[in-house]
Amino acid sequence: MTSPTTQREERPAASGAGTTPPRTPGTSRWGALPLPARHLLLAALGLAAVTGLLFATGDLTALRIAAVGYTMLAIAGLQLLVGGSGQVSLGHGAFMMIGAYSMALLVLHQPTLPIVANLGIIVLVSIVAGVAVGAATARLHGPYLAGATLILAVGLPGLTHRYHDFLGGSNGLNIRTAGVPPFLDGLVTTSEWRTLVVWTTVVVGLALLATVSAGRLGRRMRAIRDDETAASMAGIPVGKTKVVAFVIASAAGGLAGGLQAYVLGTVTPSSFTLVLSLTLLAALVLGGIGSLWGALWASVAIVYLEIWATDLARSLNMTRDAENNLPIVFFGIVLILVLRFWPLGVHGALQNLRARLRARSNSS
Amino acid sequence: MNYFITLTLNGLASGAAYAALALALVIIYQATRLVNFAQPALALLSVYAAYTVTQLTGSYWIGFAAALGTGLLVGAFVERVVVRPIARTSQLNAIIVTLGLLLVVQGGVGMIWGNEQHSFGYAFSYVGRFAPSDVFALVSVGIAALLLFALYRFTPLGLRMRAAAFHPEAARLSGVKVGMMLTAGWGIASLIGALAGMLAGPPFISPNVFDVVFVFGITAAVVGGLDNPFGAVIGGLLIGLGMSYVSGYVGPELATLTALAIVVIVLSVRPDGILSRPTARKV
Repeated sequence: MTSPTTQREERPAASGAGTTPPRTPGTSRWGALPLPARHLLLAALGLAAVTGLLFATGDLTALRIAAVGYTMLAIAGLQLLVGGSGQVSLGHGAFMMIGAYSMALLVLHQPTLPIVANLGIIVLVSIVAGVAVGAATARLHGPYLAGATLILAVGLPGLTHRYHDFLGGSNGLNIRTAGVPPFLDGLVTTSEWRTLVVWTTVVVGLALLATVSAGRLGRRMRAIRDDETAASMAGIPVGKTKVVAFVIASAAGGLAGGLQAYVLGTVTPSSFTLVLSLTLLAALVLGGIGSLWGALWASVAIVYLEIWATDLARSLNMTRDAENNLPIVFFGIVLILVLRFWPLGVHGALQNLRARLRARSNSS
Repeated sequence: MNYFITLTLNGLASGAAYAALALALVIIYQATRLVNFAQPALALLSVYAAYTVTQLTGSYWIGFAAALGTGLLVGAFVERVVVRPIARTSQLNAIIVTLGLLLVVQGGVGMIWGNEQHSFGYAFSYVGRFAPSDVFALVSVGIAALLLFALYRFTPLGLRMRAAAFHPEAARLSGVKVGMMLTAGWGIASLIGALAGMLAGPPFISPNVFDVVFVFGITAAVVGGLDNPFGAVIGGLLIGLGMSYVSGYVGPELATLTALAIVVIVLSVRPDGILSRPTARKV
């Protein structure tokens, strides 16, 4: 997976918390470009890499690549919230659910709208939801915020049973989205086209997140994370910045949920369980917090650990109960082992490895 | 009016289970500043142990003892082997490792006992208003809370545990084995969590049975103040009452969202729970 070349700018933030990337003399022309332009350029490179990968591997893996894409967007938003501003949210799955149901309702009730408009509306809806939840929980800190968001994740799917006629109850909603546009007919398959739509949205979202994180807002968030009192004495509006971080994260989560509904064509309350929310946060820490690269490892881990575990269960001829539960057990064990031996996650471990290799080549 | 009284009595009985779970959370939070999100998983394991033992022996009470024993041992084991080495590194990692435990145990229980529901008996008859099983729930949680109070207040072990929680360095200098005390705290907390599971599990148990119970337990702990065992018990009973009224008059699907509203409102007014005392902090 080569796509998130988009996040090269983020790496220094992981090593020295909150420092802006130093401008090395060798990259003067690159460094002279404004930050958003650099991120957009890297986003385009990432998209090109994904497209190449997609055509190299064919139609079968398209859905998996799409799954990595939207999962990564959700985790990247969470990364900004947890790694950036230090607020621990256990309810990110709730925002994915809001996005997914918005997509389904839009397709069902306004079938003529193009996908771009749908995605825009979903972002707006998620922002509204994020403002509501973020403002309500702005005064909560640490474990209290974690507890409140956990309750949100468990409670929200109940709404689908409450409004059974509108939201479809436990059967959920099934939608049919438009396939390949006519001018590309025959060039790409439907699932490849959907994957490309997903990844285009994802890289744009990631470029935005990277720009926010490297800019003033990101700096303020990191100041709040490190010491709330000191940050407020330095004139940073603590409450407002926290709510903004929450809103950005929920917009990313909602967009990711909308993309998921678009790719899978179905939304059910049972796909937005507590386990999903916990998995998102856990995967973020597993991948490595403080860097958007971590979000890539995290989403690859979520998608592929499940596939590997299912394959393993099939090859061992396990019972159906075992087969259904093996992925989550597998994920939990990998999570605990990674935290035990690489406390900074996969990305932190890779960075350590690189530093060690460089030190060796310098000394010899 | 009759309906209201029924709801009140039911609420108190289910509130007892939430209070026990909240108590388990508070004990660990006091000792290690960590919300143990694996608590429902430990309770789940205990309840399934009780299920198996009851099936084998035919006696509810041997199963009950097995649940409490499993809780104690698994809690102590998990603290020693899994949580302690990771909790040292950072606070976020400590939370995540309890989430990892939750996933592993929930999935593991599903692998061993299956995802479908098993019927699981009550200790006493549950027929009628304020049935013997409801009385048992309230009395057993009351006794557990009193025993816990006595343990902390009157025994040398309790004194050492409090010392280890509040001033680990000073306690260590006076010869308290701080690590041992943390393990003991986790064991005791999981034992109380197992009691909560035995009260909240029936009539059916499945790997997800404690998700909602845990939500109400954590609501109770947060509302009462994560630092305050009495707050946890009172919070548990209040949440039990509140949820019973909401389920009875509005609809059970909205109970969890009501819990969220209660948490947000209470914490907006008192950011550290109802029974918190103001704290000063040096910057």
